[in-house]
Amino acid sequence: MSDGAENYDLGTGRGLIACPNCDALHVEEELELGETARCIRCGTVLAKPRDGAFAQLIALAFTSMVLLVGAVFFPFLQVSTMGFGNASSLFDVALAFAEGVMLPLVLAVLAMIIGLPIFRSFLLVYTLVPLAQGRPPFRHAARAFRWSELLRPWSMAEIFVIGTAVALIKVAGLATVHLGPAFWAFCALIFVNIASRAFMCQTSIWDAIEDAGVETDLTERKARA
Amino acid sequence: MSAPESDHKGPILTAHRAGLVGCHRCGRVWPLEHRRCNRCGAHLVPPDRRGLQKVWAWWFAGLICYVPANLFPMMRTETFAGLAGNTESTILGGVVELIHHGSYDIALIVFVASIIVPIGKFLAIAWLATVAGQPASVDQAHSRLKVYEVVEFIGRWSMIDVFVVAILSALVQLGFVASIHPGPAAVSFALSVAFTMLSAQSFDARLIWRGLPLRSARH
Repeated sequence: MSDGAENYDLGTGRGLIACPNCDALHVEEELELGETARCIRCGTVLAKPRDGAFAQLIALAFTSMVLLVGAVFFPFLQVSTMGFGNASSLFDVALAFAEGVMLPLVLAVLAMIIGLPIFRSFLLVYTLVPLAQGRPPFRHAARAFRWSELLRPWSMAEIFVIGTAVALIKVAGLATVHLGPAFWAFCALIFVNIASRAFMCQTSIWDAIEDAGVETDLTERKARA
Repeated sequence: MSAPESDHKGPILTAHRAGLVGCHRCGRVWPLEHRRCNRCGAHLVPPDRRGLQKVWAWWFAGLICYVPANLFPMMRTETFAGLAGNTESTILGGVVELIHHGSYDIALIVFVASIIVPIGKFLAIAWLATVAGQPASVDQAHSRLKVYEVVEFIGRWSMIDVFVVAILSALVQLGFVASIHPGPAAVSFALSVAFTMLSAQSFDARLIWRGLPLRSARH
């Protein structure tokens, strides 16, 4: 804090962090692992580096990929009544309605519960594996991580589980329902997501990408000036 | 991290007032003329009320889709190939049906997720977009930020109803006995939720703090 004066530049913004929620300027400082930095004005968490966070995030991303692939192909729910039965995996959901006006809806639903979570896990692994090994990031790592963050609100696996619970109640009077392995995979996914959120610190990842040698054009600007 | 003056009680310098622009994705600060963040590649937008146009555009799109979502049926249930009755249920009808089944807790979840939350979200976003940038006290700004965070967090949960319809119509295909088909409201409700999510995302939370009295020592 005392020697902060030399480490930032109000002309170019070097070494400064602006709170995304209220625009208050902060001087960037290296935090100890386990510390949490909050915005002095609005209290938004700015950074919370955790010990071994990258390795944990990679492991959790792989876990969720495995769970999701299982969730696609294993039976999700089975209903039976009066001798008529129907077991459906999520894949069947797609195939049953891959026609007519409902096609866009089915595609959107599948994207939100399967496609985007898998894609986000992949992007996270792509970004973090070189960083965790202390090597320079892969090409477009910054873009990959930005997309992963942009898509976060659109991956809705946990909401899908609650939706399933509601659907079960509705169908309970009509037929007997058995839960398949895919349903439990989705339940496990909720906990994986919660754990992943606890370790996720965007600021640390951006810093790591930057420190590992992705070009920020401040040096260029200096050269031109 | 500390403020540039390293004085937490004193005036707070914002990136905007310092003639800089902060990236709303990664927090990196750049000179005002920068258009794109060189660290994460996001577009740099100074906090400006003109950005609210986008919020309103998505908001109206969401509202337009919300009307048919409530008028048309969410799903159509055929029992015994239509002989024992063909029921079409709207969102509200589905809740009433659940109450008749006696499952009050689930009825409450659906009622909150597909009626209270969407309407509350429309009101909250409209209110935030109206008061953004207008004079406010620090406490008011804090409560507005809280409202914004709640809106952002809760918006996606309205998708529950869409998922319910999708699961039911895939699952309940028992031929002659019973089958469930999604109705037009499912699509428009999904669109409405998506549009309001986009509306909330395009709201710039920094505008909440723009209206605070200038306390900067630099003036």
